[in-house]
Amino acid sequence: MTGSTLDSAKTSLNYHHSDEVQATAHAEHHDFRVLGIIVFLVAEGMIFLGLFMAYLTFRSVSPTWPPEGTPKLELLLPGINTVILISSSFVIHNADTAIKKNDTKGLRLWFGVTAAMGAIFLAGQLYEYFHLEFGLTTNLFASTFYVLTGFHGLHVLFGLMLILGVLWRSLKPNHYSSTAHFGVEAAEVYWHFVDVVWVILFLMLYIL
Amino acid sequence: MTQAAQYQEKANLLAHGSEPENNWRQYFGFSTDHKVIGIQYLVTTFIFYLVGGVLATLVRTELATPESDFVSREVYNSLFTVHATVMIFLWIVPAATGGFGNYLVPLMIGARDMAFPRLNAIAFWIIPPAGILLMSSFLVGAPGSGWTSYPPLSLISGKAGEMIWILSVLMLGTSSILAAVNFIVTIVKMRIPGMGFNQMPLFCWAMLATSFLALVATPVLAGALILLSFDLIVGTNFFNPTGGGDPVVYQHMFWFYSHPAVYIMILPVFGMISEIVSVHSRKPIFGYKAIAYSSIAICGLGLIVWAHHMFTSGTPPWLRMFFMITSMIIAVPTGIKVFSWLATIWGGKLRLESPLLFAMGFISLFVIGGISGVMVASVPWDIHVHDTYFIVAHLHYVLFGGSVFGLYAAFYHWFPKITGKMLNDTWGKLHFALSYVGFNLAFMPMHKLGIEGMNRRIAEYDPKFAALNLLCTIGAYLLAVSTLPFLVNVCWSWAYGKPASDNPWGALTLEWMTTSPPPVENFEADPVLATGPYDYGMGSRATQVNVPFSDPHSPGLSAGPSSTLRAKADPVVAAMPSDRQGESNNR
Amino acid sequence: MNIPSQIVTLLAGIILTLVSLWYGQNHHLLPIAASEVAPLVDSLFDTMMVIGTGIFLLVNGILIYSVIKFRRDPNDDTDGPPVHGNIPLEIVWTAIPAVIVLGLSIYSFDVYQAEGGQDPMDHSVAHHGKNHTQMAKMSGAAVAAPLIADSQGVDATPLMSEDLPPKQEAPALGTVSPKVGDSTKPTEFVVNAAGMQYAWLFTYPDTEVVAGELHVPINRNVLINISANDVIHAFWVPEFRLKQDAVPGRQTEVRFVANRLGEYPLICAELCGAYHGAMKTKIVVESQADFDTWLQTQIASAEVGLDRAIATTPATLTEVEYLAPYAKEIGVTAGVLQQLQPAAAKSVHAPSIS
Ligand code: HEA
Ligand code: HEA
Ligand code: CUA
Ligand SMILES: [Cu+2]
Repeated sequence: MTGSTLDSAKTSLNYHHSDEVQATAHAEHHDFRVLGIIVFLVAEGMIFLGLFMAYLTFRSVSPTWPPEGTPKLELLLPGINTVILISSSFVIHNADTAIKKNDTKGLRLWFGVTAAMGAIFLAGQLYEYFHLEFGLTTNLFASTFYVLTGFHGLHVLFGLMLILGVLWRSLKPNHYSSTAHFGVEAAEVYWHFVDVVWVILFLMLYIL
Repeated sequence: MTQAAQYQEKANLLAHGSEPENNWRQYFGFSTDHKVIGIQYLVTTFIFYLVGGVLATLVRTELATPESDFVSREVYNSLFTVHATVMIFLWIVPAATGGFGNYLVPLMIGARDMAFPRLNAIAFWIIPPAGILLMSSFLVGAPGSGWTSYPPLSLISGKAGEMIWILSVLMLGTSSILAAVNFIVTIVKMRIPGMGFNQMPLFCWAMLATSFLALVATPVLAGALILLSFDLIVGTNFFNPTGGGDPVVYQHMFWFYSHPAVYIMILPVFGMISEIVSVHSRKPIFGYKAIAYSSIAICGLGLIVWAHHMFTSGTPPWLRMFFMITSMIIAVPTGIKVFSWLATIWGGKLRLESPLLFAMGFISLFVIGGISGVMVASVPWDIHVHDTYFIVAHLHYVLFGGSVFGLYAAFYHWFPKITGKMLNDTWGKLHFALSYVGFNLAFMPMHKLGIEGMNRRIAEYDPKFAALNLLCTIGAYLLAVSTLPFLVNVCWSWAYGKPASDNPWGALTLEWMTTSPPPVENFEADPVLATGPYDYGMGSRATQVNVPFSDPHSPGLSAGPSSTLRAKADPVVAAMPSDRQGESNNR
Repeated sequence: MNIPSQIVTLLAGIILTLVSLWYGQNHHLLPIAASEVAPLVDSLFDTMMVIGTGIFLLVNGILIYSVIKFRRDPNDDTDGPPVHGNIPLEIVWTAIPAVIVLGLSIYSFDVYQAEGGQDPMDHSVAHHGKNHTQMAKMSGAAVAAPLIADSQGVDATPLMSEDLPPKQEAPALGTVSPKVGDSTKPTEFVVNAAGMQYAWLFTYPDTEVVAGELHVPINRNVLINISANDVIHAFWVPEFRLKQDAVPGRQTEVRFVANRLGEYPLICAELCGAYHGAMKTKIVVESQADFDTWLQTQIASAEVGLDRAIATTPATLTEVEYLAPYAKEIGVTAGVLQQLQPAAAKSVHAPSIS
């Protein structure tokens, strides 16, 4: 904050100034950060949409898809992974319900479970990577496969960090309450997004 | 001082802040004040404009003669590649949205800052390193495959330079997305009470549409660049035909961003022109709603026309027809804006100073670029002129004649608010005259060059084009010289200029209702809307407006029934108080 | 000034229309028209010029008039008339441009149709296979290769780059092998054109002649099969008003009927590297008799080149060595050839596992 003449109270990230504006915002929040995250996720969604469209085009301009010699993808492990990730979306929602009742213990519990599920998902994906018979540059299918799942994996990793961050903060007493739990909501919204993307990705890469 | 302005100012006396003490050091630090950030953007991007302009001058110097004699061919390719990248990603986009957007939007909607001030500062601070990174590419062999960077060419020429280009554009794209998130939340959530969407100044509408485009389109470019960098570094084959990839996919992804990008560059300027034309003609903006909603229409249409850049590459016929029609239809909402500005000017009391001159220059030049745009949207014609100087002419008419002239108009208009000093108008007029002449001299002949067979991106050309090219080069030099009066004017006026009053133009929008320059947090109390943003000539609704009800000699000047601009008296603005009541449905 | 304003407006309108009509036909911007479709494109452009001139004059006329007429008296501090909308007028200026652009779309569509752009059969790569089967099979591969391969009766070993994996059409997703020109007419004359950094190489499949410049007989339905070996190039003849990208990995084509004798520039219009500006040659439109003579001399000299090619097993030659004999002919300098080296080396090492 070198050289800033503003005092930090006025410049914190969740800057909120007048009562009027607060009134128009979501009743439970004093700021627009959740809206900001949702708007940002629109942009994230567009990156994935662009990559998906590229994948579909590559698929349809190639005479054979996947190109000859590509080993068939195993379905069992990714299937289990998918089930885990989808269910984690429901699990994390419990945390939101809990904190709205000021139940910090519930919050910790459900966030812990979600984090574990996310970690299992990532581990599963890494396991899959190491046991695949093709590498990043083997062919066009392999490249798209790794880039798409890898890019999604990074998002899962980021979501996991968010969840762990919230978990860490929730250890401080009264950090989150039924009226102030931006972190919880942010992590949840992000996690749902990552989940939805995975479902599309799974259908496109493994099933289609 | 006109009645409406008096009325608005009186109502906002309470909100009127006191002048801030000036601390120049904050401009070099991580400030979260939107005004500081706005100025940081404006100064930084203008420096990059000068860099881009010097590169352009080098390009034109090479093209002064038909032979490739001034720089090597590789360097020539790098020159125009970096020229275009700098102009687009480091000048127009960040100056129009980041610069003026940041400075003006919170003031115009009566907010005290952007929704996420720290995010705002982060978005700005991504830009200087990205720009320096791009410049540094000249040390390792700058990128030379055009600002479009089409593979496979971009994959086989100069890996280091290309990678730097990708990184730099990715950073600038991130900055632009973050700024867009901020603008959308700010405009949707932080307007003062009483300011509905239809009471917003038109610049805010334009920024809303622009931010939406940036939000939706930029990520796709990021996707394309991520894939491209994998091809470049790791050796995947997404866009490399030797491994089964398809270069046309890159073109789709690139233009899915880069066509909307041209509207990201022009929509904010449209917004500024709406403000300036109205204030300096002393008339309400003509057709507020039409202008506001046409921004939205352009924004929607702008997302579905990208393949018009690919009419000669691998696109199927149905796509060409579809994209031809959608591209041409954009002329309709744009025409609505142009004609509305003309109608605003018509019959006004024009204050013919630099802001309005540049705004009128904008209209006159942008229309030429728009017309050539509609021509190239026509598939058979585009098949002929694609990748020729006709396109170079088109793009400079809309980008320089459009965006840059508009930005200059905005500089002249808001300089008093930003610095508290007036710019010298004589120097401004000189700047305008030189720019206008130089610009047309530099770019008008390019139309003919392109049609006759001069393709773009070449360092050497057929000697039969020598004469016209020399003319272009002379024009470009004149254009370079025209920047000097502006620079002198800004530097001199900032230091020694005549102090500006808080509302030197007698404007009604809220940024003029506080001090020049505005204090930290902009307003002392929340400002109020005593009049609409463009109620010039209307005063308070109790007062009579001194406008002849009818004027047989020049009906355009009158407010009454025989006005060429208006069929019947509008209840909100009618000249006679007795005719006036309620809200107009005509704005 | 006692003339009623309506009459002034009317007069201004008439003058504007006349000037636009005149300028639209007399702009002298277009180069010579040397193909059958060129006049169609030209009249489309003339029409757009008429409209464009009209709009330009209208807008700038209003601006100039306003600057003169509505300038503010420096002592007058009052506002202008509070006019802020007029629905009928706004409808007019929405509707007229809408009608104009729809009309232009339909007109352009028509011209495009006449150029043959909308041929429904256009998606199949094989439909012109009869004329040059080897091209259809080879898809985007180098053109010089089949020439030598055929003469030896063995499988082709492409010289310029590897055999690029062929692509399918995906019209729904927007990528196809693009074509321009009327493919409903019977093809009378085929030439294969290969673009490479930085030259065009033209092969006449019937006679196996390879040349650096394109000779075509006048008034015949010519089909040029275009391929690219390294990066994207574009085949452009300004006098024909036709342009087609050469996309590596795809077989694109352009069809035309040249109807005017003469030599015209044939330009690479897509940035393809440092010597992009030098990548141009000429197209010679000549009578059938002249064309035949030219072809005979080419056949004679090609025999020499071919012998050498066979003797040195072309597959082991680098691009530079292979091109050297043609260099003078196709108008590239030694410097350009040197340029080819790194690109060639790269393309050989690029991974191609399919
Ligand atoms: C600010 C930037 C900007 C703007 C606003 C526009 C506006 C338009 N552009 Fe342009 N364009 C570029 C920047 C811009 N363009 C750039 C940078 C390129 C080159 C990229 C590259 O290859 O490097 C390009 C290239 C480009 C092409 C590709 C050419 C090619 O490479 O072959 C096409 C094709 O359709 C096109 C069309 C249009 C159209 C139809 C509009 C319309 O939006 C214009 C609408 C405006 C008007 C028409 C004028 C006002 C209207 C009236 C007064 C109403 C009456 C008018 C009529 C009835 C016609 N543009
Ligand atoms: C906002 C965008 C923008 C702007 C403002 C400009 C401004 C200018 N452009 Fe550029 N241009 C593009 C965007 C822009 N351009 C794009 C997108 C391309 C396509 C690139 C591609 O093909 O990939 C292009 C390509 C392009 C070409 C074609 C290159 C080619 O295809 O081979 C040319 C050639 O004349 C050119 C010229 C100029 C000139 C003379 C200016 C002038 O207006 C600049 C004037 C300004 C100054 C000169 C700076 C200020 C002056 C001083 C500080 C004084 C001191 C100056 C000196 C000592 C020189 N530009
Ligand atoms: Cu080949 Cu340009
Ligand atoms: Cu476009």
